[in-house]
Amino acid sequence: MDSTFIIEKSVVIVVVFAVTMIMAMYSTWAERKVAAFLQDRVGPNRAGFGGLLQPLADGLKLFSKEEFEPNTPNRFLFFVGPAIAMSTALMTSAVIPWGDKLHLFGRDILLQATDLNIGLLYFFGVVSVGVYGIMIGGWASNNKFSLMGAVRAASQMVSYEVAMGLSMIALLMMTGSLSLREISAQQAGMNWNVFYQPVSFLIFLICAFAETNRTPFDLAECESELIGGYHTEYSSMKMGFYLFAEYANMFISSTILAILFFGGYNYPGMSWVVENVGVNIGNIIGIGVLFIKICGFIFFYMWVRWTIPRFRYDQLMHLGWRILIPLSIINIIITGIVILRADIAAYLGF
Amino acid sequence: MSIETISLSGRKKVVSNKEMTFLEKMYLIAIVKGLFITIKHFFRKKATIQYPEQVREMSPVYRGRHMLKRDEQGRENCTACGLCALSCPAEAITMKAAERRADEKHLYREEKYAEIYEINMLRCIFCGLCEEACPKDAIYLTISKELVPSNYDREDFIFGKDKLVMPLEMAIQNAQLKNAN
Repeated sequence: MDSTFIIEKSVVIVVVFAVTMIMAMYSTWAERKVAAFLQDRVGPNRAGFGGLLQPLADGLKLFSKEEFEPNTPNRFLFFVGPAIAMSTALMTSAVIPWGDKLHLFGRDILLQATDLNIGLLYFFGVVSVGVYGIMIGGWASNNKFSLMGAVRAASQMVSYEVAMGLSMIALLMMTGSLSLREISAQQAGMNWNVFYQPVSFLIFLICAFAETNRTPFDLAECESELIGGYHTEYSSMKMGFYLFAEYANMFISSTILAILFFGGYNYPGMSWVVENVGVNIGNIIGIGVLFIKICGFIFFYMWVRWTIPRFRYDQLMHLGWRILIPLSIINIIITGIVILRADIAAYLGF
Repeated sequence: MSIETISLSGRKKVVSNKEMTFLEKMYLIAIVKGLFITIKHFFRKKATIQYPEQVREMSPVYRGRHMLKRDEQGRENCTACGLCALSCPAEAITMKAAERRADEKHLYREEKYAEIYEINMLRCIFCGLCEEACPKDAIYLTISKELVPSNYDREDFIFGKDKLVMPLEMAIQNAQLKNAN
């Protein structure tokens, strides 16, 4: 392993980290703006132009708040909770291909921290660790509301992971690869997976809402029932970490949605631009396109938040176990039949 | 027309408990409809008033902070009759009467005046009944948009004569305006 490789990877990792942080930061701003606009208000507009400095002000406020600690026997776990939530939220970005290769300084630079051949499995694995942050935080808070929120979050995330994984299988049967880079590359042009697997997309979208604890599945932290859910007892930057982790998760799941179903960094005419204008320009436009798709999904998250009211808990479980899982199994069967239809036709003698 | 079908408001809707069809049970169509309703609001004109820069237009009968009036010669109108205190539903007004001395004729219009006149602004509800009750045209609710400035002590919300009585310059100005007309 030569030193330039290490430098290249470190630069990519730092940039990805910074971008994730900035996106999470400005998601809070966007959330407030979108919420305001959907309610006929204008939202924050005092801190900087259009309230653009609002996230900084929020961060400063959270840092300067009193660090409250409940009288808990699990002081260590109380601190570990937000740390796990935050680190898992940031870890998922490692396998995401942000763009095709750039050609700089006589090297091909891969715009990805690491191109795992099991990228999608890694994503699922890390995301499911994320529930530990919530569970541990809620448990260590020594508060009934927190525990209730944590239990809700845990059972909800476990239930929806099943449907999410099953919906992925149908897609994987088509792509034949778990590497996110390869899946993106397969969707060159307008060959997006959403046109081939709309049901899978729908299930994945619904599960992504549940996994990120967003409305209409925000039962883990619903103010009207559980005060703040698992982060009731948290204050200052520890609470900031939880909120930040949630927005980082939202950003990452939007990215995964864009990559798996909406072609990732591909855009129509990309190969033409790469051939005629230049590799770097074509691929930088690709990064821009990916971010437009991501922002679209983040906007969709917020749009849905102000449209659909929260589910009741039994409705949530009903939807997860009795609708989404059977639906995704049927989807797998149909996908299998379509893939094998040539063989079946031959077998039946057509 | 039977009593069941009459709708006085014109908005009566009969609840239907009919079995939902398969499409309705999926809720997807309803959700998409809902999304369209909310996105319409995204592009609507905003109802916000940017407060310190823009001020909402007040009603012509707006009632702001109280003022104890002076007449054209700068003498206080109030005779401490106590009718305002009596009419006040929030019991915000207290006063103490005193007799005018010979050398105070330029200060008070009649022989009796309010030595202390206090309104507790935390109790006042700005109903304007004191203004209606006053037989001497002494107390008025102004159109001043600044109601009560914020403060740290409760005592500071009890406004005495120093804050309530019309400034002398204002009385002189009013007299000049009247003469000009």
